[in-house]
Amino acid sequence: MNQLKRWLGIVWIILGPVTIYYLIKTAAEEINKKPVLDTKIQWAVFIIIFIPIAIGMVIFGYYALKGEYDRLPENSKEI
Amino acid sequence: MTKASSSKTIWQVIAASSVGTLIEWYDFYIFGSLATVIASQFFPKTNPTAALLSTLATFAAGFIVRPFGALVFGRLGDLIGRKYTFLLTLILMGGSTFAIGLVPGYATIGFAAPLLVLLLRLLQGLALGGEYGGAATYVAEHAPANKRGYYTSWIQTTATLGLFLSLGVILITRHYLAPDLNTSIQRFNDWGWRIPFWVSILLVGVSIYIRLRMNESPLFAKLKTEGKTSVNPLKESFGNKTNLKMVLLALFGATMGQGVVWYTGQFYAQSFLENVCNIDFDQSRTILIWGILLATPFFVVFGGWSDKIGRKWIMLIGMLLAICTYQPIFKQFIALTEPGGKTELTEHRKLLEQKTVVSDKNPADSVRLVTSEVRYSDGAVFKEIKADTLFANAALAGAAHTSIKYKDKKLDTASYRKLVALIFVLILYVTMVYGPIAAFLVELFPTRIRYTSMSLPYHIGNGVFGGLTPFIATLLTTIYVTDKLSGLWYTIIVAAVCLFIGAIYISNRIDPDVND
Repeated sequence: MNQLKRWLGIVWIILGPVTIYYLIKTAAEEINKKPVLDTKIQWAVFIIIFIPIAIGMVIFGYYALKGEYDRLPENSKEI
Repeated sequence: MTKASSSKTIWQVIAASSVGTLIEWYDFYIFGSLATVIASQFFPKTNPTAALLSTLATFAAGFIVRPFGALVFGRLGDLIGRKYTFLLTLILMGGSTFAIGLVPGYATIGFAAPLLVLLLRLLQGLALGGEYGGAATYVAEHAPANKRGYYTSWIQTTATLGLFLSLGVILITRHYLAPDLNTSIQRFNDWGWRIPFWVSILLVGVSIYIRLRMNESPLFAKLKTEGKTSVNPLKESFGNKTNLKMVLLALFGATMGQGVVWYTGQFYAQSFLENVCNIDFDQSRTILIWGILLATPFFVVFGGWSDKIGRKWIMLIGMLLAICTYQPIFKQFIALTEPGGKTELTEHRKLLEQKTVVSDKNPADSVRLVTSEVRYSDGAVFKEIKADTLFANAALAGAAHTSIKYKDKKLDTASYRKLVALIFVLILYVTMVYGPIAAFLVELFPTRIRYTSMSLPYHIGNGVFGGLTPFIATLLTTIYVTDKLSGLWYTIIVAAVCLFIGAIYISNRIDPDVND
């Protein structure tokens, strides 16, 4: 199970940038289709909000790959 | 005092915490429930969809600032205590809500109106970001270990009951502003929508009085007496790798999926019934009210059950069921509200309005609109809008283009009951993912930084992933116009990723001691 957790870390590391790429690509397409202020604001908000979350996903993947989730802390002394 | 409080005390704690949290949710949701009315008052646009999107954006803005509220008030809660922090959030929320009810419309003060509303909405989001973590922590820190899930699940009911209360107050206000229903609705749309916002100040006043009489959390009070409270909760929560990894795990393995299931079941479902299925305003809301009323006790059932079998699998099975059944359930929403298969009582057809307007697509063309009331043998009553395009171009003149749309659908009793049952199922999933989550989050983090640490993943999961659900889902349906169910893909994908991460990485262990 721990091996699986670690290997899946790679998936989470990739998932972050892939999500942002897809978001930016869709935003560009939608803004081109309808270049009004509303569309630009909507998509800019999405991208700004989801970039830190995608970075979080990469960090999560990195921790998983490094085996940080092999054993979870059981009390506060371990934190 | 490290041991759990007496039974009497814990119920006082639950009551005081729940009333405040319920009111905060009420305040937050009346805005969403009145999205269409608010759009016409503050965001006047010729295109109603654009106006609705503007409101939803403001609605979403309220959600997006929630994580910042979690950081600001979470830090305060870990520094000065739970009690005073969530008193502050309550005052901020109540004040902002009341003020929204006072802002003059766009017609009176112009651009300042939407700007003020947006600002107040952001304050609401900030306050809500600080409220929930405090209430959940406060109750959990009073509860015995073997009943932590059960007691905190009472706090969990408040989010749904807040929505219930907001829908109820709106419906009552809408119906009783005049003896005649149409006049009453007209008055509600003109100025009566402000009343639910004003009601808030009374509720908040009562809640502040109750909360002022409460004591500080015993665990936090002990830490403070011993001088062991955190000096820098933000640094300890997110600068410390061991704690940060738990924050990330809570977000990606639990709250992200919980958030989208929550907002799909309660908000996107309502928006779908009203805007895609075109069900009558009152019926779409009473369907939700019944669904909520029937499903709400299950928050406590699943919360209590999580004390016996663990939190993890109840939440994840809720997500799995949602992923597998959303498509068929929403497909059924459409099927139950379609006129196809119904027998029209032609002798009862009533012409309501007939007019000719300039075509949106080509100003040279005109469109003849005929609105009729159509009655069916099963008791359903739909408003039919038939649009005939009258082309100016002689070559096209023969090719009349007719489209028929149905609005304000009043359903027959059997379809209505089926929709209530389906909404009940959606909210049952909500109770599964949401009932145990407060106890789950509390158990992940130590007392000295609990408020900060649990608030952030909760509010990113619920505020960002969940709060944006109706907005993103509506947007998806405008991109993939041929598929009415395309909006569900956002929820399904996010919930599936969360389910996968939760199943593999999260432990099902119940922490026997949250006193550390």
